[in-house]
Amino acid sequence: MRPKTLFEKIWDRHVVVSQDDGNALIFIDLHLVHEVTSPQAFEGLRINNRQVRRPDLTFATMDHNVPTDNPFHVTDEIAGKQIETLAANCKDFGIELADLNSANQGIVHVIGPELGLTQPGKTIVCGDSHTSTHGAFGALAFGIGTSEVEHVLATQCLWQKRPKTCEVRLVGKRAPGVTAKDVILGVIAQNGIDFGTGHVVEFTGDAVRSMSMEERMTVCNMAIEGGARAGMVAPDEVTFAYLQGRERAPQGEQFDEAVTEWQALCSDEGAVYDKVVTFDVSLLDPQVTWGTNPGMGISVNGRVPDPDSFATETERRAARQALAYMGLEPGMPITDITVQNVFIGSCTNSRLEDLRAAAQVARGRKVAAGVRALVVPGSKQVKEQAEREGLDRVFLDAGFEWRATGCSMCLAMNPDFVPPGERCASTSNRNFEGRQGRAARTHLVSPAMAAAAAIAGHFVDVRELGREAAAASV
Amino acid sequence: MEPFVRLTGKVALMDRVNVDTDQIIPKQFLKRIERTGFGQYLFYDWRFREDGSVNEAFELNQPQSQGATILVAKHNFGCGSSREHAAWALGDYGFRVILAPSFADIFFNNCFKNGLLPITLPDRAIDHIFAQGARDSAFELTVDLEAQTVSDGALWQVGFEVDPRRRYNLLNGLDDIGITLQYEAEISAYEERRRTG
Ligand code: SF4
Repeated sequence: MRPKTLFEKIWDRHVVVSQDDGNALIFIDLHLVHEVTSPQAFEGLRINNRQVRRPDLTFATMDHNVPTDNPFHVTDEIAGKQIETLAANCKDFGIELADLNSANQGIVHVIGPELGLTQPGKTIVCGDSHTSTHGAFGALAFGIGTSEVEHVLATQCLWQKRPKTCEVRLVGKRAPGVTAKDVILGVIAQNGIDFGTGHVVEFTGDAVRSMSMEERMTVCNMAIEGGARAGMVAPDEVTFAYLQGRERAPQGEQFDEAVTEWQALCSDEGAVYDKVVTFDVSLLDPQVTWGTNPGMGISVNGRVPDPDSFATETERRAARQALAYMGLEPGMPITDITVQNVFIGSCTNSRLEDLRAAAQVARGRKVAAGVRALVVPGSKQVKEQAEREGLDRVFLDAGFEWRATGCSMCLAMNPDFVPPGERCASTSNRNFEGRQGRAARTHLVSPAMAAAAAIAGHFVDVRELGREAAAASV
Repeated sequence: MEPFVRLTGKVALMDRVNVDTDQIIPKQFLKRIERTGFGQYLFYDWRFREDGSVNEAFELNQPQSQGATILVAKHNFGCGSSREHAAWALGDYGFRVILAPSFADIFFNNCFKNGLLPITLPDRAIDHIFAQGARDSAFELTVDLEAQTVSDGALWQVGFEVDPRRRYNLLNGLDDIGITLQYEAEISAYEERRRTG
């Protein structure tokens, strides 16, 4: 038999109808729903008198515009309406909802894996581009628009043109202090923010095999920032160990049977990808973005690039626009950039390991004067576990704010935003103009780097901060 | 959905790469629960200054862009968030066609569901349109989905590719869900196969 890629294996198993023109009707195993991109879809169902075909394969949560100081105190009337609308829709259509009272509430891409809903081999969609996160388990997971949300609600299927495949081979060994976030920022800086357009990206190589599940999720989460339709990692023992015992994962004997099935989910020897990209992680430093898209990243030890150094006029102009927006001068050392805000959170970096890494940097130190630093755990479960480990104390003692869960300052739909003209060291995934607030300047970094910036008041190589501290304590 | 067959209209030029959906419709406007009324918020932070006054320098505020139904931009238009509000805002503002050398996948998909036609043209053709537009501010283009061509009504014409299924749906204003429900038997059979292993 012809060798197949992981993507092809999952795709082929989900084709319900295939047409001569290359379009296929694909069955969806898990549909995740949130408050911002679903109201118009439910409205569409009502207008046409349609039902939700498989409520049992649909799961909803509230995350995008939930306030994180007091989640039950929604001051924004329209946001409140959206939250209420989701609750009413779930009730009317019989969909399970992790609402604000639920112990499982959190960012949709954090709770799916945490509950064990996300599993290898599944097709997973959500009206949110960072659905690519779930691909870390060897699922085919991608973001869809609201019309497609409605389509999946009504039919549990989606029409898709078969995407192309791209292998991103991560080779080498990361230096200490270099995180999964730095890896994916490095990949996008090297290959551009549209290298993955039209492709499903599979991350392979030793550097991804040695990553934890949470690290793999960070990498797949940002596959979309490279334009990819989806990101995926073939499941292995690390995946199975993560899933074992999770509430919604198969239990007991069924789990063993599932593992046997999941073990077959890998790209066969000799399988052909449409495109292959190689990235050596051993040469990588911690990254900081200097511009207004996630591909504008550089080593923390580098300097703000000169727009004239870019190859094409379009790129030069984009770089000039970015620097003007960001208020930066070419040639400026990244470590000279001061920050007024720090955000540790989002579906990219709000899981337990992220919080532990940030807490390790924050422990026994103080947030610099004039810096506002927020830590927003990705889910209630993450928050509780972190509190059991005393991480909340570490952050609070260091002068960070410890918040309730949600998307928060990642897109500033709730009251958490960065004031105009101010900078933010953010562990989120998008540094687009205005993303964190009008005229806000976002620099994407890892959790440890964000914590280090909070302490120093400017960007600093987290490894240097460690050394300074070590020297001081001798 | 409103069918799209052919359109002749004025052209708005946006000489920018990587226009993301956060710019097309900023997040403060995503809280509505309707599909309509988003046009007034299109490119809000670029169209208006912080004090609410009109930013004349922005492309869509220039006189030649007024009443345009065709938007022309550079590579990777619509990247970022999956928000369909971006397509709703463009359509509600009055655009029916977007021309660019490349689009981000989710945005591209979303357009077709809303009677908006995104067309990928070679760089050369896009450059030609920009040059024409710079010379003649009343410049119009004709987009013909049936014939799969873009032309300036005089000498210049270029063909384009479009997925046959999307073309058919758009030409006829068909909603995908209705079509898919005709496959009820196939979907049920698939579910049965999966249940029984
Ligand atoms: S954390 Fe940010 S990127 Fe992730 S789902 Fe929420 S808004 Fe989207």
